[in-house]
Amino acid sequence: MDLGFYLLQLLTGLAYASTLFLLAVGLSLIFGAMGIVNFAHGSFYMLGAYLLYAFSRGQAEGFWTGLILVLAAALVIGALVERLFIRPIYRRPEEYQILLTYALLLILEDLVRFLFGAGYRSLPTPPAFSSPLFLLGTPFPSYYLFLVGLAGLSALLLWAFLYRTRLGAWVRAATQDREMLEALGINVPLLYTGVFAMGIALAALGGAALLPLQAATPGMAVDAVIQAFIVVVIGGLGSVWGALLGAVLIGLLQAFGILFLPEMAMVFPFALMALVLLLRPWGLLGRPPAVRT
Amino acid sequence: MSLRLEGLSAGYGGIPVLHGVDLEVGEGEVVALLGRNGAGKTTLIKAVMGLVRVYAGQVVYWGQELTPLPSYRRAQLGLGYVPDDRRIFPELTVRENLLIAHRPGPWSLEKVYRMLPRLQEIEHRRGGLLSGGEQQMLTIARTLMTNPKLLLLDEPTEGLAPLIVEEIARLVLELKREGMPVLLAEQNLRFTGRVADRAYVLETGEVRLSGTMDELLHKEEVAALLSL
Ligand SMILES: Nc1ncnc2c1ncn2[C@@H]1O[C@H](COP(=O)(O)OP(=O)(O)OP(=O)(O)O)[C@@H](O)[C@H]1O
Ligand SMILES: [Mg+2]
Repeated sequence: MDLGFYLLQLLTGLAYASTLFLLAVGLSLIFGAMGIVNFAHGSFYMLGAYLLYAFSRGQAEGFWTGLILVLAAALVIGALVERLFIRPIYRRPEEYQILLTYALLLILEDLVRFLFGAGYRSLPTPPAFSSPLFLLGTPFPSYYLFLVGLAGLSALLLWAFLYRTRLGAWVRAATQDREMLEALGINVPLLYTGVFAMGIALAALGGAALLPLQAATPGMAVDAVIQAFIVVVIGGLGSVWGALLGAVLIGLLQAFGILFLPEMAMVFPFALMALVLLLRPWGLLGRPPAVRT
Repeated sequence: MSLRLEGLSAGYGGIPVLHGVDLEVGEGEVVALLGRNGAGKTTLIKAVMGLVRVYAGQVVYWGQELTPLPSYRRAQLGLGYVPDDRRIFPELTVRENLLIAHRPGPWSLEKVYRMLPRLQEIEHRRGGLLSGGEQQMLTIARTLMTNPKLLLLDEPTEGLAPLIVEEIARLVLELKREGMPVLLAEQNLRFTGRVADRAYVLETGEVRLSGTMDELLHKEEVAALLSL
């Protein structure tokens, strides 16, 4: 096993981390800004994969237009779901969120099964990425690099949005004191619709981007939401950078864990999560619950 | 008339705290709301802002009935709310706290900094790291950034050092000079005496007394209604 091999493992881990980041960051953002724990988050990741399959008609050539259509469709779907289902429960006790978003998870799983069947749906690698790249003599799937670039760009745009625009400052303020923000004249309900739609669109983008590597199945939603929770618990629920750190840690842990202790690879993410929960229950980059003065 | 409350009953969880309050704030007038702890001053201000449930009566602002509107609409119409517990966004800088609230009008970052120069000195500091006095300045300045047409000030002097109370008094007098109507909840009679034209004295959610500040300061009942 030479250096090139480890580099390949590293890139594999980062590629996996990229889809995890896209999946988890919306979960974290939606919780942070809106206080909603979205158990259906993985379902929108799944929906992204199926929508890409549908929009591209299963043809690799349809990848790019499909990806853009997935983004647009997910924004609309996210906004509608927030308006129709989430908005009525903000003021209700938290059990309502759990029941409601869990119901959404079940409904979306059945919907996908009904529309696409229970079998696998996959997409060949888009033509632009069909030949591997060579680094240190080792062939790399170039699609991995695309995934890393996509997630990196998303993280950068998200940072610029949150820290360099007024709208982003409103989102950050909403995580701190929604009622006060509203009393200053900001249409917080509309802001929430936007945040939810954005989080859903990121998850759908992550799911769609994974389709050329991994076939979609109705069961992937539950797996995805579990992975997403592991990532945000490790990174800190509500923290965008926590989602990034958590995703990279899990991605690398998976890629290298499988090399050294293959029979334990499935356990590592849970073990890391348990460790974080014991030592820093609010997550690596999360904030400890503060007492309001 | 910039604000008129008619028979206002409001409270929490179906239980009224205010019982049929009538109150008016004229154009350019500073009106104080006096009353001891728990009298309902904060509840009244929050009812005007749409932050507590109104069970009966009306809130009329420049002739418009506000009761069906959410709080952000009220703020957009020109109600400026300064809460008693300040509620600075702790993770945002002083500058960001101000900028997110801005709406077009005479008040801008420059004007706010000119009136409260201390805020400019600490503009890059996070809201959560400010002293009590600085937070109070910021919370008033943040509301001014919305370019309000009526200011609702809830106990702006509570727990502050005399020097800062003095600065707030000067600020309120300056706003009054510019013609800004203010509804001010207070327990500090000296401060209120300096800035307010008229006052209403609340007790257990009802208006017990009202009149000009000069009249009220000479009534013995007022002292009785305000002492514990
Ligand atoms: N969130 C709440 N839920 C239920 N009851 C409340 C709530 N806030 C205030 N009250 C009750 O409403 C009554 C009036 O309280 P309010 O805060 O309006 O008084 P206040 O005049 O502002 O007092 P203070 O001078 O202490 O600020 C009190 O009896 C209080 O216990
Ligand atoms: Mg009060």
